[in-house]
Amino acid sequence: MNDIALKAEGLYKVFGRNAHDAVKKLQKGASRDDLNGATAAVIDASFEVKKGEIFVVMGLSGSGKSTLIRMLNGLHPQTAGTVTIGEDSITGVSAAELREIRRHKISMVFQHFALLPHRTVIDNVAYGLEIQGMPKEQRIERALKVTRIVGLSGWEEKYPSELSGGMQQRVGLARALSADTEVLLMDEAFSALDPLIRREMQDQLLELQSELGKTIIFITHDLNEAMYIGDRIAVMRDGRIVQIDSPEEVLTNPANEYVEQFVQDVDRTKVLTADSVMRKPFATVHENSGPRACLQAMRENGISALYVIKRDRTIVGWVRDRDILDLVRKGEKSISGAIQHDHGAVSKDTPLSDLFIPSLEAALALAVTDEKERLVGVVPRVTLLAALGGEPDAAHSAEPVVEPLPEAVVDKILDSSAEKGGL
Amino acid sequence: MDITFNLFGGTVHLWPWPPSIPFDVWIENFFDWFKETFAAFFDALSVVFETVFNAIDWVLSYPPDWAFILIAAIAALFARGRKFAIGTAIALVFIVSVGQWENAIATLALVLVATLAATLIAIPLGIWAARNDRVSAFVKPLMDLLQTLPAFVYLVPALALFGIGVAPGILATVIFAVAPGVRLTELGIRGVDKEVIEAGQAFGATPGRILRQIQIPLAMPSIMAGINQVIMLSLSMVVIAGMVGAPGLGDPVTEAVLTLDEGLGFEAGLSVVFLAIILDRFTASVGKGMGLYAQLAKARKQRRETAEQARIDAEIVEMEAHSAESTIATPAGDNSKV
Repeated sequence: MNDIALKAEGLYKVFGRNAHDAVKKLQKGASRDDLNGATAAVIDASFEVKKGEIFVVMGLSGSGKSTLIRMLNGLHPQTAGTVTIGEDSITGVSAAELREIRRHKISMVFQHFALLPHRTVIDNVAYGLEIQGMPKEQRIERALKVTRIVGLSGWEEKYPSELSGGMQQRVGLARALSADTEVLLMDEAFSALDPLIRREMQDQLLELQSELGKTIIFITHDLNEAMYIGDRIAVMRDGRIVQIDSPEEVLTNPANEYVEQFVQDVDRTKVLTADSVMRKPFATVHENSGPRACLQAMRENGISALYVIKRDRTIVGWVRDRDILDLVRKGEKSISGAIQHDHGAVSKDTPLSDLFIPSLEAALALAVTDEKERLVGVVPRVTLLAALGGEPDAAHSAEPVVEPLPEAVVDKILDSSAEKGGL
Repeated sequence: MDITFNLFGGTVHLWPWPPSIPFDVWIENFFDWFKETFAAFFDALSVVFETVFNAIDWVLSYPPDWAFILIAAIAALFARGRKFAIGTAIALVFIVSVGQWENAIATLALVLVATLAATLIAIPLGIWAARNDRVSAFVKPLMDLLQTLPAFVYLVPALALFGIGVAPGILATVIFAVAPGVRLTELGIRGVDKEVIEAGQAFGATPGRILRQIQIPLAMPSIMAGINQVIMLSLSMVVIAGMVGAPGLGDPVTEAVLTLDEGLGFEAGLSVVFLAIILDRFTASVGKGMGLYAQLAKARKQRRETAEQARIDAEIVEMEAHSAESTIATPAGDNSKV
């Protein structure tokens, strides 16, 4: 229970007359369209956000995401349901109590920055602290630190209008960070910025998040952004949350057709990682096996090269059929002479976008290792291509194209060596 | 059959056609009642108006006219620049030359009192209307009424309440001029970016604090435009104020009309125009960063900023020096990207 930073249960927001009747109707299963003129912006939203998590709420305009985030700090009073921040409920409390919670528990970053234009950067950053009642010297000192953290040193005495959009949003971010609240709400915080700046801010947010460990609830209409920064994503449509999952799950297991259509445009190479597309490794050989066994294994699998592993499945290197063939001809008993060590294996968390070059350079299907360097799978080039096409299943059934030595050649060698009495 | 009955001391007749109601009797009765009930209040108000007017008039007419013109020109230089200073001086010299100086000063005093009173009413009322839709729904038609009701109509009860003199003139001016002040204040407050107000709320500011620190500062241009309009409308009321016995440029205008004296009429009329233009340009320049004052302020701000930045930089160096393990970790973010 203690690792839950924010919890929403059965949240409804209905605008218009007879809002409470409308909620009852919705609870009984009425659709959003037959509410007698009342407009349901958020319907039955329930979720928990863990401490230190980046929880992204994603939806198109009109899906109710902005209303939802404003219910989390009480800017929009909920029509029904509860919101709890840490131990404090923000629903059903007095205005004064709500203000107290907003001062110390939850802060917000706005789409259009919402800075006070008549105050300098440093005074804007210190605004939350000022409202908390912190004495001037203390709050300026703290604001200075945060201003430096977001990279705005040297701009403290400027006015917001003298700053670029990206810098203004840094001020907005600094203002929220300086209040030192556990939970940070970000309402389309980067949507008004141009793409390059946006990516830079996303990176900075991730960096800050990993250092400060804040709980962030981030609203966006940009699925790529959601996938990039989100630990978990809640997809909203017409006021309802239709799926809450990790980015990969949303991408590979969309809850319904809507989400599926939505994720079609996502750059999956940035979201999917090696372990979500890898296949079971084809046959591998043990570093102690002999060349003939090795050649057999290749022939059975119809491939021309094999990974060589140790007993604990860590990769030693790889061998090629031609080299093994030479060993067999020479009558060698060990394959160690043929092992090439430049196996180029990648870790299983590598995004697909970083697999292309290694995949091209690797002589056989790219090896994927876990955190202990053990071989857990391989990614043939064809699988990579299939995954790009948005069909993970196709990736699994796709047959790798390999060009093993003609079977006749292999057979001849094996036979001839058998006649010689080797093995 | 007849439908006729007595209501509020008058006879209402509804049938047969045409109907008639004793609206005039009601209004008279209402003002009689009003006068009796609020006599003390209006007496006090009258004293306040006259005292403030006399005080301001005395102050404004204390310096000799050439000194006043000099001061005004210098003020114009600071507020807007050289051209405005020269224009102001020429216009004021014209007023002196046509013998309307004393009247102009009296008018200026009247406008100042009326503007002060109208502003004191308009800003709180405008803020209230901006924060409360019901008040707004009530204030809007009231402002329409005040702005369009012919001035002579409320001049009569004003005269009845105050008697001849400066007080009814000021009251009529305030009534006529208050509307744009209220409207533009409401408009300004309502027009403040919703997100900025939400920011105040999201950080836990009280409504009063949001009003003081966010809404009023951000609505200031609109509020200033309202005050500017109040001043301009006040000036356009001087003639009518003159008719009820208030001193000022209205006096000679009234006289000119009665004696068909075009010369005097234009002398006084142009004086009003010049006064209006000068006051308009003065108030419109507030906060626009014009004139000598703005230049000096800019230079001062620059110096202060530089000093402040130096102090902050020093502080940062100091902080870095003896707090390696600060409460907030510092990422290796590079400022060069900014």
